[in-house]
Amino acid sequence: MKEFMFVFRGPYYEDLNFTPEQSQAAMQKWMDWIGQLAAKGRYVGGAPLVRDGKMVQGKKPLITDGPFAEGKESVGGYLIIKAETLQEASEMAFGFPDFGYQGSVEVREIIPMG
Amino acid sequence: MKATPGNSPQQLVDHLFRHEAGKMIAVLTRIFGIQNLELVEDTVQETFLKALQVWKFGALPDNPSAWLMRVARNRTIDLIRRQQKLANISAELSKRLQSDTEIAIEQFFLDTEIADSQLRMIFTCCHPGLNQEDQVALTLKSVSGFGVQEIAKALVSTESAIQKRLYRAKESISKHDIQFEIPTGLALNHRLETVYTVLYLLFNEGYNSSKADELIRYDLCAEAMRLCKLLTEHKMTAQPAGFALMSLMCFQASRFGSRLGEDNTIILLQQQDRRKWDQQLIKMGYHFLISSSTGDVLSVYHIESAIAAEHCLAPDFESTNWELMLRLYDLLLEQKPIPIVKLNRAIILAQTAGVAAAVDAILDIPGIAGLLEQHYIYAAVLGDLYGRAGNLPEARRLLEKAWLLTPSLAEKKLLQEKMAIFA
Repeated sequence: MKEFMFVFRGPYYEDLNFTPEQSQAAMQKWMDWIGQLAAKGRYVGGAPLVRDGKMVQGKKPLITDGPFAEGKESVGGYLIIKAETLQEASEMAFGFPDFGYQGSVEVREIIPMG
Repeated sequence: MKATPGNSPQQLVDHLFRHEAGKMIAVLTRIFGIQNLELVEDTVQETFLKALQVWKFGALPDNPSAWLMRVARNRTIDLIRRQQKLANISAELSKRLQSDTEIAIEQFFLDTEIADSQLRMIFTCCHPGLNQEDQVALTLKSVSGFGVQEIAKALVSTESAIQKRLYRAKESISKHDIQFEIPTGLALNHRLETVYTVLYLLFNEGYNSSKADELIRYDLCAEAMRLCKLLTEHKMTAQPAGFALMSLMCFQASRFGSRLGEDNTIILLQQQDRRKWDQQLIKMGYHFLISSSTGDVLSVYHIESAIAAEHCLAPDFESTNWELMLRLYDLLLEQKPIPIVKLNRAIILAQTAGVAAAVDAILDIPGIAGLLEQHYIYAAVLGDLYGRAGNLPEARRLLEKAWLLTPSLAEKKLLQEKMAIFA
C-alpha cells in the first residue's frame, strides 16, 4: 500500500460560532472518521498546524505574514493515510467532516524515499 | 499528548464539553465577576475550539477534562496579565504581580474550589430576584453548559424565546446587583428553597414532558440529579431537604425506561414491567432517603420521596400500600394544598375508598370547573374514574375533552384507548 497525505483547508473552528455541544459533535465526527481509518489500519498519523505562520519568498527572500487572510484557504492540518490507489485515497476523504463548512481536502501521494 | 486514533468516539465521554463548560464558566465567573459573564462564555468557547483544532487529527490527551481546564487556566492568566500590562506600573511590580497571578489563579482551579464555584453559579442563576422561567434557562446555560438550541429543545420553546429569557436573567442579575456567592446563615435556607424548586422543575420538565424528544429529556433529568448531588456533597449546602429531593429524583428516574413502550406509547404505572425498573437507582434513592432523615424539618421532598419509595417497594401494583400512601398524601396536602396534589390524592383514594369517593374528592377541588377546561390531566383522570364507576357518557365526554387539550401524541393515543374501553 502507498501512503497519501490529506491536506485540509477550511475555516478555523474558532471563526465558527459553535456551542459546546456542537463542538463536541464536530469532535465526535472527526473521532469517528479517524477511528474508522485506524480500525482498517489506514491511519498513519496526523497533526494540526498553528494558525499563525510566515511566508518567505522573493529573490532576496523576505519574511512576511502568511497568506492566511482568507480563512478557508488556510491549511489547518494534515493526515497521512494508507491506500492502494489515489482513487481509493480520494474516496476515503469523503468522510472528512468539514465539507459543510467550506472545507476541502487535497489528496497527494507520498513518494517513498526508502 | 498521546495519539489514540484507535479509540472509539464513545470513549470521548458523553457530554464532556457540556459538563466542562459548566465547570469552566463557574470558575472563570468567580475570577472575572458575574458582570463579565459574556467574556467568560467567550473564553470557554475559545477553549473548546482550541481543543477541537488540536484533537481532531487523532491525538487525544490522556485526560481531556484536565487538558481543557489547563487551557482555560492559561487563557485566564493571559487575560489578566494583559490587563495589567495596560496599567502604568513599574516593570518590577508588574513582574511580581504576574508571578502572583499564576499562584492566585491556580487556587481557583483546585477541585474543591471548582465545586464551590459551581454552587455559587447555581445560587446566582436561581436567585429569587429572577423569574422562575429565566432561572431555569440560565441554569441550563451557565451551570449545565446547554446551548440555546438545546435549551429550547429541552423546554419545548423557541430559540428566540430562550435568548430573551437569558437576556432578561442577565439584566436582573446586574439590576439586583446579585453577588456570586453561596449565601450563609438564615439566607441560605431561603435561597436553597429556590434552588430546590428550580432543580425539581428541571427534573419534572424532563420526566413529564412528552413533547420533547427522549434524549434531551433524559439529559434534563440527569442534569437535575447531577446538580442536586453537588448540593448534597458540599458541607455548606448539605441539608436534609436536598438529600430528600435527591432520593425523590432517584426513585422517579428508576422508572424512566419503563414508562414508554414501542412507538413512544405511554405505559401507566399499573402496567409497567417492574423488572425494568433500575434497581441501582432505587438503592441510591433509599440511601439518600436515609441520609435525609435528620433534623426537624419535614420538607415536601421528604414526603414526595416517601410516596415514590412506596411505589418502588411494592412488588406489583396490587400490593401497593394504599393506606400508607393516602396518609402520605394527607401530609403532603398540609404543605402543598394545591389542585394537582389533590388530584393525585384522589387517585389513591380510588384504591382505598372506591372510585365514587375519588370522583367526589375531585369535584370538591376548588376551581375544578376551570381546571377541567384548561388542563387535560384533570379531565383525563376524572374521565377514567367515571368510566370505572360505570358512568360512560360522562367518561367519554371528559376523555374527549382531555384528548383535545393535550398536545402530546402519546397522551392522545392513551386517551383513545381509554375511550375505546368505555365506549
